[in-house]
Amino acid sequence: MELVDRMLSGSRQALAQLISQVESDLPQAAEIMKDIHPHIHSTYTIGITGPPGAGKSTVVDKLTAQLRQDGKRVGIIAVDPTSPFSQGAFLGDRIRMQQHYLDDGVYIRSMATRGSLGGLPTSTWRVIKIMDAFGFDIILVETVGVGQVEVDIAEAADTTIVILVPEAGDTIQTMKAGLLEIADILVVNKADREGADHLATQLQGMLRMNEDKASWKTPVLLTQAAHNIGIDQLYRRFQEHHRFLHDSGRFAQRHSEQRRAEFIGTIELGVKAQIKEMLEKQGDLKNYMEAVEKGELDPYSAAMQVHLAIRNKLTK
Amino acid sequence: MAKRIRVLMAKPGLDGHETGAKLIARVLRDAGMEVIYTGMRQSPEMIVAAAIDEDVDVIGLSTLSGSHKEHASRVIDLLKQKGADNIVVLSGGVIPKEDYAALQSLGVKGVFGPGTSTRVIIDFIKSSVVSNN
Repeated sequence: MELVDRMLSGSRQALAQLISQVESDLPQAAEIMKDIHPHIHSTYTIGITGPPGAGKSTVVDKLTAQLRQDGKRVGIIAVDPTSPFSQGAFLGDRIRMQQHYLDDGVYIRSMATRGSLGGLPTSTWRVIKIMDAFGFDIILVETVGVGQVEVDIAEAADTTIVILVPEAGDTIQTMKAGLLEIADILVVNKADREGADHLATQLQGMLRMNEDKASWKTPVLLTQAAHNIGIDQLYRRFQEHHRFLHDSGRFAQRHSEQRRAEFIGTIELGVKAQIKEMLEKQGDLKNYMEAVEKGELDPYSAAMQVHLAIRNKLTK
Repeated sequence: MAKRIRVLMAKPGLDGHETGAKLIARVLRDAGMEVIYTGMRQSPEMIVAAAIDEDVDVIGLSTLSGSHKEHASRVIDLLKQKGADNIVVLSGGVIPKEDYAALQSLGVKGVFGPGTSTRVIIDFIKSSVVSNN
């Protein structure tokens, strides 16, 4: 595919256009992913999440600077929510990463969730793989962590960094366990504010309760990202986790699981689409639909009859 | 899923007032577009690099301090150089009416000063993007 060839030979424009295409879930996406596959060399993904206002974008900015100093090429995916009403989005994370705007070794892509319930766009994995094929060593994915978002980011990232602010200390007991459970590294940012040490101590206490001898011990760090304080420590911890994942074999295992999930997920999408097409061609669906909407037929009986019709069609 | 319209809102030069740009950004978001806001004090190089990396359909240049022609000209030249001149460039902010024609001859597809109906801007963008694709 021509666009893929151009991307592989280094065109950022082609990279950007490919990402747009796989974001759209068009049939092209499968073709693109096929062509990309032989060029993937298993890049490393760092997920950065936490409540709004915690300083995630600033941390991404400073971490990127450290990675660049180490000669690493960095791809950044900055995610913001799509409005469920207008389907539009305000994507303002990259504003905190201005120092990297003209650096060829950094690529920033703002993505809207586009209706995905888990807080990460469904196309995230495709985008990560394209960035991998382009040649980025590390991909940073930044997303807002509230509600059930945590699960998505933890699945997508090799190292998950959760960023909190000292004010969270008051609500830590009621905070959803999710954020703490998925963190490979916990960061209390804006640590110059009151309550920072107290929160850090509380977090360490809560983590100790869940300790499992064989696994990674999640560190709690204090940072002031805006002043570049504590970032080198964060970087060292990330490097430790990186080594841990590789040495323990978990990196390979995670990626094997990810490929499996992507395979099954794509099959499911295809099956849904095919069945929808079958039902629409069938014509009966409209009758069932009207009866159900009017309340004449209950949804469950209607669904059972539709399932039966599909099974009959498939086993013919 | 239809392709979403992506817009880059940028403030080139030394303007310190972003209220207008942010307002338009929200208006466009509410009209279903994905708006990337790159912030203030952007150089034309930064704007074009961001526009290409984010694969936007439209660049909105917001200026209030008089540098609209210079910046529009530089942005449009850079877009041509990089083979990205299918991106629609629009100007907004405080721009004297007598400069509208000059901007358009530079390649700016639309100039929207204060008081322009947001509906006009939204419709203009939607029709420009359709005709491009």
